[in-house]
Amino acid sequence: MSEQEKLVFDRADALVDVPTHYCPGCQHGVAQRLAGELLTEMGLTENTLLVTSIGCSVFLYNYLNVDSVEAPHGRAPAVATGVKRARSDKFVLSYQGDGDLASIGMAEIMHCANRGENVSIIFVNNTVYGMTGGQMAPTTLVGQKTTTSPAGRNASKEGLPIRMSEIIGQLGGTAYSARVAVNNVKNIRKAKKAMKKAFEVQQKELGFGFIEVLATCPTNWRMDALKANERIENELIPYFPLGVHKDVTAEVED
Amino acid sequence: MTKTGEKLFIKGNEAISRGAIAAGLKCYFGYPITPQNDIPEYMSAALPAAGGEFVQAESEVAAANMLIGAAACGVRSMTSSSSPGISLKQEAISYLAGSELPTVIVNMNRGGPGLGDIGPSQGDYFQSVKGGGHGDYRTLVLAPGTCQEAYDLVIQAFDLAFKYRNPVMILGDAILGQMKEPVITWTPEEKDENEGHGWRIVGAKNRPGRILKSLHLSEGALAKHNLMLKNKYEDMASFTQKEEYQTEDADLIIVAYGSIGRIVKSTIKKLRNEGHKVGLFRPITLYPFPSDDLKKLAEQGKKFLTIEHNLGQMVEDVRLSIRTIADSEFFGFYPGNLPTPDDFEEPILKALGGK
Repeated sequence: MSEQEKLVFDRADALVDVPTHYCPGCQHGVAQRLAGELLTEMGLTENTLLVTSIGCSVFLYNYLNVDSVEAPHGRAPAVATGVKRARSDKFVLSYQGDGDLASIGMAEIMHCANRGENVSIIFVNNTVYGMTGGQMAPTTLVGQKTTTSPAGRNASKEGLPIRMSEIIGQLGGTAYSARVAVNNVKNIRKAKKAMKKAFEVQQKELGFGFIEVLATCPTNWRMDALKANERIENELIPYFPLGVHKDVTAEVED
Repeated sequence: MTKTGEKLFIKGNEAISRGAIAAGLKCYFGYPITPQNDIPEYMSAALPAAGGEFVQAESEVAAANMLIGAAACGVRSMTSSSSPGISLKQEAISYLAGSELPTVIVNMNRGGPGLGDIGPSQGDYFQSVKGGGHGDYRTLVLAPGTCQEAYDLVIQAFDLAFKYRNPVMILGDAILGQMKEPVITWTPEEKDENEGHGWRIVGAKNRPGRILKSLHLSEGALAKHNLMLKNKYEDMASFTQKEEYQTEDADLIIVAYGSIGRIVKSTIKKLRNEGHKVGLFRPITLYPFPSDDLKKLAEQGKKFLTIEHNLGQMVEDVRLSIRTIADSEFFGFYPGNLPTPDDFEEPILKALGGK
């Protein structure tokens, strides 16, 4: 490299250099890239044990260059508990979608957080079951049409979408809980900072770290990538406001 | 902490707990259900004292899934439950088998179906030896008949789990779990600290990331995986254990396992004193089933009567083992009642008389 040439970007070592299987405009790729960059920047890659879940994110183990174990649908927080209890010296990361975490896995996520397990969980909320073809999720917005709510989600029969970040923030064992979006550069930067906090509380053994990422699913929203990105701003953020719902490090600093 | 060579008067549940800790158990995940509560209760105090981790999980489902995480790290892990709880664990057991993760699962069988009762039963034979969860898989199943055997077998169970990278099940019942007997403790040799080296997840240092999974989507991958599992199960079949009592000159062989095998043994002792030529064949490994040994007895022209504390489950494996040579009659003592040696006298005499 000559003096005029300066390396301004390099792929983080935690990220495997392969194309992902995600659809165009899907934001799983952004969320997992942030995770990979943080693992590299925080020097955690070699020390990380990853628990993958069921859904579009199941192939995360092909994209992050870390040791991993695959959990059954919804059970990642229980599997992560087993990993952390067996190897408390390791950094334990899990990554779940909304159907996985907030529906079939509701008991596991609540109790993992409440026990204050020193693990970090990235929760990608795109308001649908992606891999199975766009069925209604617990986070599907009222009126949103899916393959199992063809007339739109009906609040009187199907309830209101669940705000996980707020709920997790209420639990005693939670050290950090925040909701972020990755729909623009500003939000991506904020998301990375918040994700870093969710990782740091584990390193400091302060308890459970939770980060909810609002994300697009253009395929199942029947939208192009740009429209899907606009929907994050216009529909998702008003119902799922961005922000920190618990941060024990802030309380300590006060 | 259990010392080697101590003689203790303890329940089967405690014998299993002490045996597991002696075997180097690191992580136990449990949930309350009768009649196995002595195990999580014992573990909650003794395992942390021995340097291990105890978690009372939010559900049987979660407890079994915690096993996946601990087993993936290559540490010795265990859960225990009773029938309805084991049904809930079957999801994770299928994943453990599919991902080839070694662990030990204890089932203190109670009456079913559904909530049934909290008394003894052998109604879980099928769900234990035929897979139990979804997909083609097998778990090694060990069925102790005494508290001492429970202590010994749980130690062996961990070695087998790691040898075959497969879940191992201890199948007892409410009798074994709740009865007290003298148990002489022992501690196996120090286990290899590098157990699981080569497959366990420890962090990807100077090598690509390692993936422990049961998902195989690429063309031909799942078929290859299933063939590998089939070969492993065939290899496991070389490991069988059984007890034979007075079978040599017997005209009639009673096949019975676990607590029932032991009660039947008392009946056989009484009938022997009265001059009846009857013997006991007690399978200790239910999977793999000791088919070859049964077949040898069948080739000697012996008759068979299978006695179980259910409506007839193991009898199918007995019949398969001796097929084309002999058949087995069946006597089922229905779950919900507690059998005594007297209960088996009439069916045995009837089977003997039918010669």
